[in-house]
Amino acid sequence: MIRPHRTHALWYAFILHRISGVGLALFLPVHFYTLSLALTAPGRLDEFFRWTDTAAVKFAEFGLVFLLALHMFGGLRLMALEWLPWSDRQKTLAAGAAAISFLISGLFLLRAI
Amino acid sequence: MLSDSADMEVSVWRGAGVAGQFENFKVPAQENQTILDVVAWIQQNCDPTLSYRYACRVGMCGSCAMMVNGVPRWTCRTHVKVALQGNRISIGPLRNLPVIKDLATDMDPFFDKWISAEGVHHPTRSRDDAIEQIDPEDHARRQANEGIECINCSVCYAACDTVAGSADYLGPAALQRAWTLFNDARDAGRVSILEAVSGKGGCHNCHSQGSCSQYCPNDLNPMAAIAGLKRETALSFFKRRT
Repeated sequence: MIRPHRTHALWYAFILHRISGVGLALFLPVHFYTLSLALTAPGRLDEFFRWTDTAAVKFAEFGLVFLLALHMFGGLRLMALEWLPWSDRQKTLAAGAAAISFLISGLFLLRAI
Repeated sequence: MLSDSADMEVSVWRGAGVAGQFENFKVPAQENQTILDVVAWIQQNCDPTLSYRYACRVGMCGSCAMMVNGVPRWTCRTHVKVALQGNRISIGPLRNLPVIKDLATDMDPFFDKWISAEGVHHPTRSRDDAIEQIDPEDHARRQANEGIECINCSVCYAACDTVAGSADYLGPAALQRAWTLFNDARDAGRVSILEAVSGKGGCHNCHSQGSCSQYCPNDLNPMAAIAGLKRETALSFFKRRT
């Protein structure tokens, strides 16, 4: 349960940035291992690609792209917050980062299915 | 004037130090009533041993802050209707500070960190010098002005998860004070302030969760002040290396 003092937009932006960061940190080793199969076991890589054609995996990829975009745009907001002159529109910027991430991942899903 | 509405169910934290539990009281609802009024009513009518702290009752002294339904608030300026959940309110001591007894916390760690952040005046002139003329429209003066209404209530300190997770972290109020003095032309401590806030427990520990700015009862923005300190400490680091 999220404690009452945390129920505001910028705390949600913080926790989503952390969760997406951890998610990507877990994903990247798997990603590089899979890429390495092109050199070590091309047959297994082809098998893996066939598996990724399933709807469940496509949807999971949508989640992955969403996390990636969210981490990137959320990170840009944080870098702007720390390095550029202060803007009072932090909640709007955080909401914008989530919205554009959803748009990008949605477009990815539409192309994938 | 008492209304016809039912009594409120009020849970109040009782205990000294780390030990304690919530105790329930029934408090008559009134048309105009603050959280501090509720606490005072319990102390005057139910249990005179209830300990809490307040002074001015008008939002100036910063001594009556408590956790109300899990959120830090200045209780003298928080209307019961704002905080009431159904018919219930829980009132606890400020988070992130040691509890002395019941609702009274030990504020020493909070004020000690003001000193650690160099949140003290470093004079540029003596009493024999003429008073320095300050341009109110100056950019730095405007930035300093944004933080001077802090009443040291510790609401931001109680709201901050970084304080909860790191005992050394100076916290939003002390860092905002440091930023205010950094921008004050009458303060000669710019270098010592940057030294104080760039080390362990300094401004770079802030995760920009924004709870400090969200709950500041005076609508101040410690998160912006900390971002300013982050910029200045980083620029100072690069300037020193070149």
